[in-house]
Amino acid sequence: MRYLGQKLAFYAVACWAALTLNFLIPRLMPGNPVDLMLSKLATRGPVTPTTRAAIEAMLGTESNVSLWRQYLTYLQQLGSGELGTSIAYFPTPVSTVIGQTLPWTVGLIGLAAVMSFVIGVLLGRAAGWRRGSWVDNLIPFTTMLQSVPYFWLALLLLFLLGSTWPVFPLSGGYDVYSVSPGFSLAFFQSVLYHGALPALTIVLSSIGGWMLGMRNMMVSTLSEDYILTAEAKGLTPRRIRSRYAARNAVLPSISGFAISLGFVVAGSIVTEAVFSYPGIGSALLLAVGNNDYALMQGVFLIITLAVLGANLLVDLLYGVIDPRTRARS
Amino acid sequence: MAITTSTSQLPTDAVRRRRILPPMTLKLGIGLALTGLITLFGLIGPLLVGDPSAVRDLGLTPPGNGFILGTTQTGQDVFAQLAHATRGSLTIGVVVGAITLVLSAFFGVVGAFVGGWVDEAFSLFTNVMLVIPGLPLVIVISSYVPNKSVWLVAVVLAITSWAGSARVLRGFTLSVRSRDYVLASRVSGERRWRILLVEILPNLIPLLASQVVFAVIFAILGEAGLSFLGLGASGSFTWGTMLFYAQNGLSLRLGAWWWFVPPGLAIALFGAALSLINFSIDEIINPKLRSQTRADRKRWGMTREQLKHAREETA
Repeated sequence: MRYLGQKLAFYAVACWAALTLNFLIPRLMPGNPVDLMLSKLATRGPVTPTTRAAIEAMLGTESNVSLWRQYLTYLQQLGSGELGTSIAYFPTPVSTVIGQTLPWTVGLIGLAAVMSFVIGVLLGRAAGWRRGSWVDNLIPFTTMLQSVPYFWLALLLLFLLGSTWPVFPLSGGYDVYSVSPGFSLAFFQSVLYHGALPALTIVLSSIGGWMLGMRNMMVSTLSEDYILTAEAKGLTPRRIRSRYAARNAVLPSISGFAISLGFVVAGSIVTEAVFSYPGIGSALLLAVGNNDYALMQGVFLIITLAVLGANLLVDLLYGVIDPRTRARS
Repeated sequence: MAITTSTSQLPTDAVRRRRILPPMTLKLGIGLALTGLITLFGLIGPLLVGDPSAVRDLGLTPPGNGFILGTTQTGQDVFAQLAHATRGSLTIGVVVGAITLVLSAFFGVVGAFVGGWVDEAFSLFTNVMLVIPGLPLVIVISSYVPNKSVWLVAVVLAITSWAGSARVLRGFTLSVRSRDYVLASRVSGERRWRILLVEILPNLIPLLASQVVFAVIFAILGEAGLSFLGLGASGSFTWGTMLFYAQNGLSLRLGAWWWFVPPGLAIALFGAALSLINFSIDEIINPKLRSQTRADRKRWGMTREQLKHAREETA
């Protein structure tokens, strides 16, 4: 219970830090984003007072209101879910844009990250169990893949499997001409078909880290005395491998998975840019390109909160599978 | 007494030196050779090639014909660009690596060494920085600043990437701090800064080295991603900006592989070379990775034929 309380307290602090960072960045940077945004909005149509208030609360005002009061207004606006109006997708509210793009990113990145983790850990287990086997010799190769930039791998795959041998589509999240979004088989097939190449990119470039980490932990664990004892007792190698060695060796990988989520999200923003995937990364880039600060801040906030939430989930799971964390705290 | 200590000093020094320098293996050799070649290319290359931005009416020439790596859409020499980009990317990597080293050593090592509420505060700060995703933050910050210098990009990248190494360093410092010899030196009245610099820091050197190598890889990848999105330093030449222009110049659709393959390959090779060096450092930090593997132990056993021979000989 104490473990749970500590974790929740930490994430509350982290969440507050993220909100405050989001509040401070536009105010500390040179230039006046509010005027820029409002003048851009005014060219598209009338600006309502609520929109104005939301943008000022998010990006800061030149008026004489103290920073502290601005901060309180900002938190209030966030509490009511008001993030302002997007310029790039005028006149859609920022919250709607995020609501539409987030499922694509969560689906693509979530699935790809979990797939890469599971495959990587299984391969790492095999490599650590039989050092010097062909699986173990894959490691330098997968590490090489890991130092390949996400977006360059995406470009290469797109060039080879999209242009040269047109096996996969070049861009988009689904076939906009022939299927419409909804719960139909055709739509799901189209989504899977379009998501395959981006997912492959993410899996290929992140699998090496899991494999190497798991393999190294496996090697360390296998030299422990209790493994020798288990061998001496005559347990089957399979039991030793999965119940004795892998069960303990996987723990650092799981806590590493939480930390890596931030990096995976970062990499996927760039990947989405290459594939023109309709996810939140593309929305962020569009916002940056159009000086759409309201959308940009909103997207940054959502990405940060999502990563924090995922971290919290992994931490709670970690508490369940590793009893020592609960006992220590 | 004095004589014995002075003679026993020599072998321990030699042992220590051997422990700090990694053993020369094939992995380390390849890693060092590649890193050296690429660094040399970045240092000397820009002096030997022509102007990387010079425009010619030789759009998209394939490699050969006077241009080692062909030309871009506007007839710029890809090889000359690659030389300048190598220098730019390596500069970013080195600068970020240095700043990261200072920040992570300060928050990780000093926090863990001082202990108490300082450690609590530093550790909380580190963990918060760790869970806030770096690249989105960099994108947001850099989109507010219209004209960015290389230094600004480097500082922003460093600020968002030091937390991971600080956490690793903190864990290791905590374990070193509570070892008996540190307690002994504390009891014998050594000053605190001396304990930190002379007793603890040498043990951290391999770990610091591997963290710096990671930071350099991370910085080069991060800068490449940022430049690829068009958010890098203005007017700079890096592997990322080359890829940005290649993507925008439709090199993919036009099949101009000599334009977008070299910069990416350079990043990949450099990253792989640094990883290879890191493997060797890892084997110092964690000797279990190196010494007698299960495969080795299996080899100690005798094959059936050998057993038969042995039995015949003893019989």
